[in-house]
Amino acid sequence: MADVTLTIDGQPVTVPAGTTLLKAAAQLGTAIPTICYHEHCTANGLCRMCVVEVEGQRLLQPACLVPAAEGLRVQTRSERVARSRRTIGEMLAASVDLSQAPELQAQLADYGADPERFPEAERRARPVIDDNPMYVRDYAKCILCWRCVQVCAEDAQYTFALSFDGRGYNTQIGTFFEKPLPETACVFCGQCVGVCPTNALKPKREWLLEQGQTPDEIMAQTRSGRRRKRG
Amino acid sequence: MVTPERVVRTTCPYCGVGCTLDLHLQGDLIYRVTSPFDSPVNHGNLCVKGRFGYDFIYNPQRVTVPLIRKTPPTPGHRTPAADLSEWREASWEEALDYVADRLTAIYQRDGSDAMAIYCCAKATNEDNYLAQKLYRSLFRTNNVDHCTRLCHAGSVVALLKSLGTSAQSNTAAEVIKNDVFIITGSNTSENHPIIALQMKAAVRDHGAKLIVIDPRRIELCDFATLWLPLKPGTNVVVFSAMAHVIVKEELVNTEFVEARTEGFQEYIRSLDKFTPEYAEAVSGVDRNLIIEAARMYATAKNGAIYWGMGISQLSTGTASALGLIHLALLTGHIGREGTGLNPLRGQNNVQGASDAGAMPFHYPGYMEVDKEENARQWEQAWNVEPGGLSRKRGLTTTEILSNARPGGIRALYIMGENPMMTEPNLNVTRHHMEQLEFLVAQDIFINESGAYADVFLPAAAWAEKDGTFTNTDRRVQRVRAALAPRGQARPDREILCDLARRIEARLGRPAARTAGWDYAGPEAIFREMANVATMLKGVTYARIDRLGLQYPVPDENHPGTPFLFSETFPSGKGRFFPLEHVPAAELPDDEYPFILTTGRLLEHWHGGTLTRHSQLDELYPEARVDVHELDAARLGFKSGDVVRVRSRRGQVVLRLNVSPKTSPGVVFIPMHFAEAAVNLLTIDVLDPQAKIPEFKACAVTIEVARVEDLPNPEALTNRGRY
Repeated sequence: MADVTLTIDGQPVTVPAGTTLLKAAAQLGTAIPTICYHEHCTANGLCRMCVVEVEGQRLLQPACLVPAAEGLRVQTRSERVARSRRTIGEMLAASVDLSQAPELQAQLADYGADPERFPEAERRARPVIDDNPMYVRDYAKCILCWRCVQVCAEDAQYTFALSFDGRGYNTQIGTFFEKPLPETACVFCGQCVGVCPTNALKPKREWLLEQGQTPDEIMAQTRSGRRRKRG
Repeated sequence: MVTPERVVRTTCPYCGVGCTLDLHLQGDLIYRVTSPFDSPVNHGNLCVKGRFGYDFIYNPQRVTVPLIRKTPPTPGHRTPAADLSEWREASWEEALDYVADRLTAIYQRDGSDAMAIYCCAKATNEDNYLAQKLYRSLFRTNNVDHCTRLCHAGSVVALLKSLGTSAQSNTAAEVIKNDVFIITGSNTSENHPIIALQMKAAVRDHGAKLIVIDPRRIELCDFATLWLPLKPGTNVVVFSAMAHVIVKEELVNTEFVEARTEGFQEYIRSLDKFTPEYAEAVSGVDRNLIIEAARMYATAKNGAIYWGMGISQLSTGTASALGLIHLALLTGHIGREGTGLNPLRGQNNVQGASDAGAMPFHYPGYMEVDKEENARQWEQAWNVEPGGLSRKRGLTTTEILSNARPGGIRALYIMGENPMMTEPNLNVTRHHMEQLEFLVAQDIFINESGAYADVFLPAAAWAEKDGTFTNTDRRVQRVRAALAPRGQARPDREILCDLARRIEARLGRPAARTAGWDYAGPEAIFREMANVATMLKGVTYARIDRLGLQYPVPDENHPGTPFLFSETFPSGKGRFFPLEHVPAAELPDDEYPFILTTGRLLEHWHGGTLTRHSQLDELYPEARVDVHELDAARLGFKSGDVVRVRSRRGQVVLRLNVSPKTSPGVVFIPMHFAEAAVNLLTIDVLDPQAKIPEFKACAVTIEVARVEDLPNPEALTNRGRY
């Protein structure tokens, strides 16, 4: 594929056509913050944390999706970009429990975001769903990045057990008809747990540790009291 | 939020895919398992066993103290211990002295032929190397085998006969470079879940066409262009009919056949009878599907074949695998990237255990025991006097137990295997176990076989020891201790070395003639093996610290071998063998109208020693028999009904599952559940060449049973997965 040359924060860089602005910037050593983006998932441009300013474009552009083109002039940290990222962080902090998302917290700090800026916001509060022996789902911590839905679908597992329903603020991740996971197509591969950026999904054992159980107590629970009969 | 005290990188202990794991620990508790997204094996993906199924190491039923039976069982009257009250705790000193005394006494009385060991495809290369070294160098016997005999022996023998080597030819991840691939006799989604993900991606993202040839409508049929639902035990006919079509329609790669193969003329004469019409009559597969599959595979740019136990676990296992080899040789779909003959190996280290010589016909590195120069080399390596090692081929897994009798095998050492679950026709296996004079079990749980033992030696589990595993695509990878062995458990390698020193002393072998049991660590053991088994010579622990190496690795600068046979086959030319159709030993009739086929489930592992002691058992707590909806409707059964499945050899009671996963006339029972052990039903006939039992086809009948007859009425599966 042909190479294109563009300018990022005033520095020229040459990359193969089709390379995203995120990767082109990385080639210059410029890190653009991301939330929903994952190297091994399809980029959707959902969270808008990675937006950059492209000269001549009316709107900020998601760097994880927009391909580099000849002559583009890109600003990755202009005042407009910084304000946008700061606001995204503040809105997330206002509605979601980010206490177990250290990367996101670092981004909030980096952009001077005030987590208390929207004190009136309605927080997303759902009880922890503990419906299987393998992992728990704490959607109060969910920022709707879709990674779990994508790895359950065509980014890895092709199982399609997870989806999202509802609209707007009421959008949420879940199973069809809110069935318990064991009754869905779920195969408990845990790819979703592996890509969750906020610890909304976590192994049951880790959750029990957080609940204050000791390692010995958790180890002793391995398998139920059901004894198999010997022939 | 929990932060790990340490993160230990290791290799998954379950299947042959060999996924990279990062174990996150607080104290001795593994509370989270992740996988690096840059792992070339699994790209960050895991299955339920790898990610959540490690907790068996903490199960309270695990035995971590050496045990000796209070009343030593006597030959002919050996019974399984009902519970721990029949054992007493012993010190390691006492237990090992006792084992050494008894083994030495039997050896000195009855000689080499009375001794045998089952090595372990779950243990490390180093453990297996030592186990076979102990029996070969001290007891001078080749009665050394492991469960490879029960899984891919048919494939191994066929590949050795035709090509001269038995391993998977290509890297599993190359599946995305196939444009047509065949999956046969493998429920890959459940048994090699991560390879199945790559197969799905090959179809959905890379435009490959998939042909499934299997009696079961496995999940991958959803991704397949063609599904050929053959009757169990008719592989040879279907594969030969495909070859017939390829020859008749002149789709043979003549350049490849002329340059790289032999026996072609004689072979094509044997194909005359395998017309698609004949194949349809025998196998039940529509002739047009056979023709279409043959054309699709033969005209592919890159065609590949992946197979599992459905090929090898038959009395025609060797012939079935040869049928597949022929297809690759006819079309030249071998020796290039994205092609190949790929027997998907079951256990995490079944490849490695075979490589390490845990087999009755081969020293480490597949060096035949009956070749003088091989024996000489190992005599030198093990400091054995010239002529000291046995030149006689040993007994295989199934033969070892069936020869347990006065004048035959007297003492058996079982390292981590479970023949009382995995042998065919357990009704008979039990009587063989009874005949043993002395039995040692070295394991982490007292399983169905260990219960018969005189002595139980508690071994360290996979997360408690260092070493290497070799995965299905010949990749030697590191296994690391993440925590100290529980209780008094010890790594297998240490147990074996301590025992070997004791036996050597009792045999009166002078210190100058020791075979050598003092190793600085596992790498020293690996080095000793790799110095003679030259395919591993270039593998060092330093080189595989982050990333495994695919053997052959002939020297320390060699980058490893992702695919085999680019220039030549180890045997020179690939050989065709004329085949005949031989029906399964037991066919359905009026009295036993169904064909029973056996296999595995995603949530469980083989004999169940590990997964039935894990939270995995909560996900899938009971055996079920899968019956096709037409058969169920005809007999008036619905899902959840309790039935008795009976063969000429035994019976089990379990719940029935009306399943789209099987075909009419064929029923399926998984092998993991001791309380409904399917191997009470299976037939103990063997493939004449590979000695592998016919687990995949026998005749059964299904009758109504009562809930009270269920061994575990409260265990109920309510799962929505396919």
